Amino acid sequence: MRRAEDMPQGWVGSSPVRLDGLDKVLGRARYLDDLTFPGQLWGRTVRSTVAHARIVRLERDPAFDWSGLTFVTAADIPGENVVQLIESDQPCLARDVVRHCHEPLALIAGPDRERLEEALAHVLVEYEPLPAVFDPLASTQIFKHYAYEREAGRIDEAFVRAARVVEGRYRVGHQEQLYIEPNAVCAVPRPDGGLSLHGSMQCPFYVHRALQRLLGLDDDRLAVIQTVTGGGFGGKEDYPSMIAGHAALLARKSGRPVKIVYGRAEDIAATTKRHPAVVDHRTAVAADGTLLGGEIRIVLDGGAYCTLSPVVLSRGAIHAPGAYRWPCCRVDARAVATNTPPNGAFRGFGAPQTLFAIEMHIEKIARELGLDPVEVRRRNALREGDVTATGQRLRESVSALAALDAVAARAGPLERPPRGARKRRGRGFSLVWHGAGFTGSGEVKLKARAGVELTPNGCRVLAASTEIGQGTVTVFSQMVADALGVPLDAVEVAVPDTSRVPDSGPTVASRTCMVVGGTLAGAARALERRLSAFAAESFGGDPSRVACRGGVFREGARVLAPYSVVAGRHLAEHGPLRIVEQYSHPPGIVWDDDEFRGDAYPVYAWAATAVDVEVDLDSYETRILRAVTASDVGKAIHPVLCAGQIEGGTVQALGWALLEELRHRDGRVLNDRLQTYLIPTALDAPPIETILIENGYRHGPYGAKGVGELPMDGPAPAVAAAILDATGALVPELPITPDRLMAALGKDPA
Amino acid sequence: MIADIPVTSVRSLDEAYAVLARRAAGLRVLAGGTDLMVQIQARVGLERIGHILDIWKVSELRHVTLDGGTLRVGALATYTDLLRSEAVRAALPALAQVAREVGAWAIQNRGTLGGNVCNASPAGDTLPILIAAGATFVVGGPRGERRIAAEEFFVAYRKTALAADELLLRAELPALAPGERLVYRKVGTRRAQSISRASLAVRARVEAGAFRGVRIAAGCVAPVPLRCRATEAALEGGGPGAAAFAAARAALDGEIRPIDDLRATAAYRRRVAGNVLEQLLAAF
Amino acid sequence: MSATLELSLTVNGETRTATVAPLARLLDVLREAFGLTGTKEGCGEGECGACSVILDGELVNACLVPASQAQGAVVTTVEGLAARDGTPSPLQQAFLECGGAQCGICTPGMLVAGQRFLDGGAPATDAAVREAIAGNLCRCTGYAKIVDSIQRAAATPSPPPGERAGVRGPGDR
Repeated sequence: MRRAEDMPQGWVGSSPVRLDGLDKVLGRARYLDDLTFPGQLWGRTVRSTVAHARIVRLERDPAFDWSGLTFVTAADIPGENVVQLIESDQPCLARDVVRHCHEPLALIAGPDRERLEEALAHVLVEYEPLPAVFDPLASTQIFKHYAYEREAGRIDEAFVRAARVVEGRYRVGHQEQLYIEPNAVCAVPRPDGGLSLHGSMQCPFYVHRALQRLLGLDDDRLAVIQTVTGGGFGGKEDYPSMIAGHAALLARKSGRPVKIVYGRAEDIAATTKRHPAVVDHRTAVAADGTLLGGEIRIVLDGGAYCTLSPVVLSRGAIHAPGAYRWPCCRVDARAVATNTPPNGAFRGFGAPQTLFAIEMHIEKIARELGLDPVEVRRRNALREGDVTATGQRLRESVSALAALDAVAARAGPLERPPRGARKRRGRGFSLVWHGAGFTGSGEVKLKARAGVELTPNGCRVLAASTEIGQGTVTVFSQMVADALGVPLDAVEVAVPDTSRVPDSGPTVASRTCMVVGGTLAGAARALERRLSAFAAESFGGDPSRVACRGGVFREGARVLAPYSVVAGRHLAEHGPLRIVEQYSHPPGIVWDDDEFRGDAYPVYAWAATAVDVEVDLDSYETRILRAVTASDVGKAIHPVLCAGQIEGGTVQALGWALLEELRHRDGRVLNDRLQTYLIPTALDAPPIETILIENGYRHGPYGAKGVGELPMDGPAPAVAAAILDATGALVPELPITPDRLMAALGKDPA
Repeated sequence: MIADIPVTSVRSLDEAYAVLARRAAGLRVLAGGTDLMVQIQARVGLERIGHILDIWKVSELRHVTLDGGTLRVGALATYTDLLRSEAVRAALPALAQVAREVGAWAIQNRGTLGGNVCNASPAGDTLPILIAAGATFVVGGPRGERRIAAEEFFVAYRKTALAADELLLRAELPALAPGERLVYRKVGTRRAQSISRASLAVRARVEAGAFRGVRIAAGCVAPVPLRCRATEAALEGGGPGAAAFAAARAALDGEIRPIDDLRATAAYRRRVAGNVLEQLLAAF
Repeated sequence: MSATLELSLTVNGETRTATVAPLARLLDVLREAFGLTGTKEGCGEGECGACSVILDGELVNACLVPASQAQGAVVTTVEGLAARDGTPSPLQQAFLECGGAQCGICTPGMLVAGQRFLDGGAPATDAAVREAIAGNLCRCTGYAKIVDSIQRAAATPSPPPGERAGVRGPGDR
């Protein structure tokens, strides 16, 4: 045993102070709006006020003084008027037709924000209304349809054999990501006709490709540079391509840097949301609660344009059967169009919607059969060797039961108030799974690339994966430091800049640590081997016995030279050294896109949650007293950051459970303020007990799977189950507002 | 434009009255800014603001005193002043309690009782308590001072009895007498930084088994913070008990006029107002 | 015709002046006139607390304070929490050690609110800390590690007054 990867030095698994922490606590971290660019103008967006209409007229009020202001419409677009994503249906600026309220129509830039505000009111738009659709169940336009089955021939028989057939319809609403830093970019024109785009974002290469298509720029004349990003949660996955396009068009026309920083109301109204969903379950169950077979129908409301709906849908469809064994089942999933602002990525990406449905359905099954819902979960939970609904045999790292048992053990007894009290207590459980990395063949098609380059004291990480608060920079550095055998501070992480780093793919899908981190660790090991060989050659030694440990090259116990000496000599003799590797999907993981069958994900993360609530029967308010989670993440590279992901995701999910719902009237967003769109405060968030389970994944770096999205899946159904336990009311729709709970309770419960 | 709006910052009532006497078009009074600054930033009615009279530093309006049986609260007393005040805790603890439920610390440090009153929102957190407590508002201007009963002050949705050249100076509240209680409940949208969905305040005493001196007011169930006279009448002189509470609930149901809005449905407000009434009455 | 104000105030121990509109927000004065961009804007309506600063000893939302009311005031921002030599304050250090900062955008406001709580000297119970930061929204942490951080700092002896650039507030409520 001599290789570094076999002997982690201990950065992995420890919790050093996060590397971006000092700048953040001192107030020195510079977010986009904190930067000033010489000669910079401000940009604003003219938006539609109707949900569906033909644009009859769009012009500037001749009575207004437009001097010094730059005005851009679709006619100014040099390339294609498209926001590059899966389909090419979404324009950067609407030209003839608007398909949702708040859709961008035109842009204005100028040096003074107050004058811009006034100018916005002097753009004259006339519409000829077209019929609008707001109910996804009434929509006839389908963005994507998936249907898949397991043992279809046995489904009819299962319903015949069933002790009981349980049906249910479950719904969830729009949720806003509500990163505290609103969307913000600045486009800076370059003397060579090119453009640098700085911004708050998750996916610099998405923006890069979008700008190329919009502006017709080649790679050499375009750089997209991520600035310190104040939260994303999926909300800065695809939308930055839109706002970056706007700033770029204004910058090209004005010849000046143009900054666009959304106000909160604009950000809430115009940007993407979690897809609302309607999920129908029809399930054949045995008297002991065993699932015999079922049918699941899913409708996701995609909003007015396709954006990421097909991939949100595929993840939602694959997770819809939940963390359970189904002898046979059929899943039918559609994403449809409505005339509301497009929905897109949000932590969990379709899975929280369908997992809420199955978890509530399990509660319903247990109630109808008179069984303990935890026992029903235990009876049906996926185990190692089981086959999922897409036909994937789970070969390793399956922790459904371990998670459920850990949470049940920690939760202990629940103290309940006496009968007849006006405040009732209840406890609910949930059990979920979450596929790590891209769905299906996503990683195979993406061919993510990431690497390291040699520096005099260590190396620099080169990846487009972004730090958005989750700890990317720190976790990458830990893994690379251990792989290279150097101290943590010998590793630096390059700013994600599309002109300088390889495309490691978007920062989404719980893939950053597992997929990109693993690729980086591989590149760092390759660098260590290269330097070890060089050290052996330069300082004498058997190359097969030389390794770097603790920043020193040694042959066995014999010191050859400090890392800096070896690196310095290598740089002097051979010049810059950069090792970029491509992610390779683990062998034997096979997915068939056409049949929607096979290994949907290389591995899954698992989580169980218990939530205790107190329900006030006078006000129908639910207070969350406590949340306990157990999460199998494979390996917690940085336990404090990992727990931070789980706690933050849990509270975001608790907000969705009780508080958060975007409301519309005629397609217009009504609650576009933080006073009307409510997220949990510190007093709404309960104490959270976080149990980390490390059931390692053999192909993950140091065993790591994904963690980012997992905590979004389980808490909401656990809350609903706890309310059911407390009151006897099963509320099949999120959020469970006091209004909804009152309606579900009818008169007071006995 | 916001930058064009002139602001006169005054430090005394005399200076304030001098500005009010000029009756500038579109004059708005600025205190702690927790509402007006939000409206300005959101450009709500910005074109109607012609001049701002900034009274934040008029120290003679920032006081809380208990004098004999009367609690006097200056219009510029902040929520923080109220919740820190020994006088409030002694005379009307509910007012300290509600102050703690308005916004969070930063808002409590700047929001004022006078601002809450003059904004006249049906959801104003202190207003049901002020009405149920039997507060009198003392208002003044270049033409002199006058006194207005709290329930007469709120004349229509977000409209008050203040004339254009008048300021609210203070609220005067009769302190609780021995045996008397003022209980209230705000049902909000979340556990902090919350706007009321429905609120209710009840002041009364029980003497020889009968409710006496009953005053009840409700928030968020009518265009104005509402004194609930029919509900009071249903209770006054009768004894506590399920039948009396049901009658009071029916009376309340008959005099409130809740609406659907973003925060709650009318049906919810109606049911919760009744539930909260029964809950509060059960405490006597 | 723009109304203007010759504004003079003390920020983090230094006298600063600017010519601004009287209704200019203290937030914009700090960020744009003084270049103190540590104070953030998250909502512009006093709901998120990202712009929290200490004004004359009390926690306020800088987005709701007009310049006219900051005349002559003493203000502490996140930039004034560390020692003059740049050493993080005990609270900043606790945020680093406990994982109290993730994306970092709420962190300046959270630190200022937390510092004002600590300055008040009230016992740092879970409930008291949560109430003190209830006006500061965080979307990353679920608040658990922020509460931990403030409690850890409360248990750490703080440096003598005057070492920090900012000022202490009066007693707690």
